[in-house]
Amino acid sequence: MDGKGQESGPRGILVLYFFIGFTISVIIGWIIFPKLLYSQKKQPIDFNHALHVESVAEGCESCHFFREDGSFSGIPKLAQCIECHESAMGENPEEAKFVEEYVAKGIEVPWLSYSRQPDCVFFSHAAHIKMAELECKICHGPIGESEHSRIYEENRLTGYSRDIWGKNIAGIKQNSWDRMKMDDCAECHADMGGGRKDACFVCHK
Amino acid sequence: MKNEQGHHKTGKKYGMVIDLDKCTGCGACMVACMAENNVPFKEDETNKLDNIMWMRVYRMSNGKPFPDADICYIPRPCMHCEAKHGHSPCVSVCPATATDYSHETGIVSQIYTRCFGCRYCMAACPYHARYFNWWDPVWPEGMKNYLSPDVSPRMRGVVEKCSFCFHRYQLAKDKALTAGHREIEESAYQTACTQACPAGAITFGDLDNPKHAVYKLKHDPRAFRLLERLGTNPKVYYVTDREWVRWMADNYQDQEQKAKG
Repeated sequence: MDGKGQESGPRGILVLYFFIGFTISVIIGWIIFPKLLYSQKKQPIDFNHALHVESVAEGCESCHFFREDGSFSGIPKLAQCIECHESAMGENPEEAKFVEEYVAKGIEVPWLSYSRQPDCVFFSHAAHIKMAELECKICHGPIGESEHSRIYEENRLTGYSRDIWGKNIAGIKQNSWDRMKMDDCAECHADMGGGRKDACFVCHK
Repeated sequence: MKNEQGHHKTGKKYGMVIDLDKCTGCGACMVACMAENNVPFKEDETNKLDNIMWMRVYRMSNGKPFPDADICYIPRPCMHCEAKHGHSPCVSVCPATATDYSHETGIVSQIYTRCFGCRYCMAACPYHARYFNWWDPVWPEGMKNYLSPDVSPRMRGVVEKCSFCFHRYQLAKDKALTAGHREIEESAYQTACTQACPAGAITFGDLDNPKHAVYKLKHDPRAFRLLERLGTNPKVYYVTDREWVRWMADNYQDQEQKAKG
């Protein structure tokens, strides 16, 4: 009886130590490391998408349009903004700041791009919007309904936006716009093409 | 590969016809190619074993003394082979699937981020069209700003080669789609070397499309391809009047010449 009790004592401590170590590792790996990995940046201007979508005629494509050569304009340049905002249109302090700091001085706004892909990726907006007729939302989410610009999180090691890896550190996704990794592109492409393998060169450059 | 036949009906087959009698060996194609594709270079490029040149002009000589001496310049891009059994020499050996044959365009791709630099493809390529990055690229000061954003620069340890300016195909496709049609016109997609050639020796287009200039040119009885006997089925054709060039381009040996008479 005595001998048995002495044996379970050290074993119990080992198990306890294991769980303490395990818990610390999990906390570091899943909570502290992701916090350290991403730096947080604020957009230069707090942009209200919802307000803009209401007052433009052609939805997203009013500002995010295709150029004649087939390329996609992406985040609008100052020239597009000035078409309406040569002087302040409302009384929003963010708009006043925008007009004062950028429009008046003729400086481009250093917007932070949430969905910038790595340099080796070729992404064709034309193929997805014009040919496949996808909605912007499928990849970009309901950003058109947002009233404030969210915090931009940048991976300190790679310099990529967190939107590429996704918010969920375990990589679990609920919506099609939660991540923008190669697997996410491939998932959709496999569905569309009936399992046909696309040539690598279509997206890699 | 199994449904290769099915792909052929819808797919394109981009290729080149180079008139060797027009080529003066000026090297404009090489320069245009390097600028277009962000090809790295070193201060001293004299060692041709470790430099990179997607498009290289070789000089061939018939080896005869004056007055029969003759020289021919052969521009050599990637041949984008499509062998009969469905794969190119480099594609079939790549252990990383870093290079593949596109049935949509007939272009052999090279995916730099996938390549791990074993160089098996370089050994397999009979045309020496593939090059290895022995170093990270070092651009002269300020040149970084002039790199093409459409082509990603490569890093040390990967293989690269001519892509028939595939990014130009992508951009042409985008333009066509935005304009509301799917067909890419012949003039909308041309490689940098084709446009740079001052002699107009290079013609580029869809080899399967009767409307494209290359379709007619490749059927020229004077047309041939490099090392045709290997069965690699290259998509770069050459045209010349000179029999010795044709002979040498397929690496026929002297005894064969004698046997032929």
